[in-house]
Amino acid sequence: MSARVEPFERVVEEHGTVVLRVCRALVGPDAAHDAWSETFLAALVAYPRLRPGSDVRAWLVTIAHRKSVDVLRVRARQAVPVGDPPEPVSTGEHPGDGRSELWAAVAALPPKQRQCVAYHHVAGLPYDEVAALVGGTAAAARRAAADGMSTLRRTLREDQ
Amino acid sequence: MNGSTLDFAHGGDRFAVQDLHEQLTHRAQAEGVLDVAYRTVDSPLGSLLLAATEVGVVRIAFERQDHDAALEELARRVSPRVLRAPARLDAVSRELDEYFAGRRRRFDVPVDLRLASGFRSRVLDVLQHIEFGTTRSYAGVAEQAGSPRAVRAVGTACARNPVPLVVPCHRVVRSDGGSGQYAGGAEAKGRLLDLERGVKVGS
Repeated sequence: MSARVEPFERVVEEHGTVVLRVCRALVGPDAAHDAWSETFLAALVAYPRLRPGSDVRAWLVTIAHRKSVDVLRVRARQAVPVGDPPEPVSTGEHPGDGRSELWAAVAALPPKQRQCVAYHHVAGLPYDEVAALVGGTAAAARRAAADGMSTLRRTLREDQ
Repeated sequence: MNGSTLDFAHGGDRFAVQDLHEQLTHRAQAEGVLDVAYRTVDSPLGSLLLAATEVGVVRIAFERQDHDAALEELARRVSPRVLRAPARLDAVSRELDEYFAGRRRRFDVPVDLRLASGFRSRVLDVLQHIEFGTTRSYAGVAEQAGSPRAVRAVGTACARNPVPLVVPCHRVVRSDGGSGQYAGGAEAKGRLLDLERGVKVGS
């Protein structure tokens, strides 16, 4: 039995928001839109080759994982002094709603914890899939995510 | 979300994704990977789904034909790289408006007839030459398509016309004077024939 081929539009509808949050956790609010665009363009290109019945969200997160590294690398290279600071990219955040603090706290986590929090708590991937992305064992991924979450809870409580 | 006490969700994200979606369609178009662009438009015959490849208009579906099913068929038979991208459908949507307003008698937009093959595509070729305001019988079309006895097959080709309105299958009627079946419904067919006779549609 062959699975139905979903038009790519449905992939964006179903997973666009979650992938945006994953990108925000991985690269921070400013670069998140770049990471999202790179992820979905690459996904669109590769989509006809995706095996029917695949876990689409896990597949998108895999691409986001790769693209986030690229986006951060490009941003690091572009971080040269400029005359006028560029306009900050709007991230859809409302000032003072506490979320910029949340994303700042996520950005402050060590990379592996940040990734594990993004892939498990934001994208909802099980720990064995998280481990496949970040390397190491599922148990290590679970520990890193738990450490990350407790740091976040502590940081955000202190802020209040 | 997995019992997390932290709320990562944000209502504004839906709007951010709408903007990002628009950028995505521009980039996909520029990189040549927007295989099927679609949009829906309102018409006097109800909501219409319009879809185009880079070649031309590939599908027009009436509401009663189920837009979701039409998109799934495009994903299966043309390419799964299907995105809502209104810009590519601007020309056909404008021409349809003009047609329904009685200001256009023929369509100039390129069509992509890849969803019809063999005899069915020959029938569509014949249909494209039936002038505004005139009709042909199913038998007459069968003869022009080179298979005088394939009258029923002409009926099927009309019913499965992937681009109704632009390829005017509504201009094929029964020899006994009845208007016959139509993918958009018999009533829609009657209204189109009225429109072309100069009767105002829209009620």
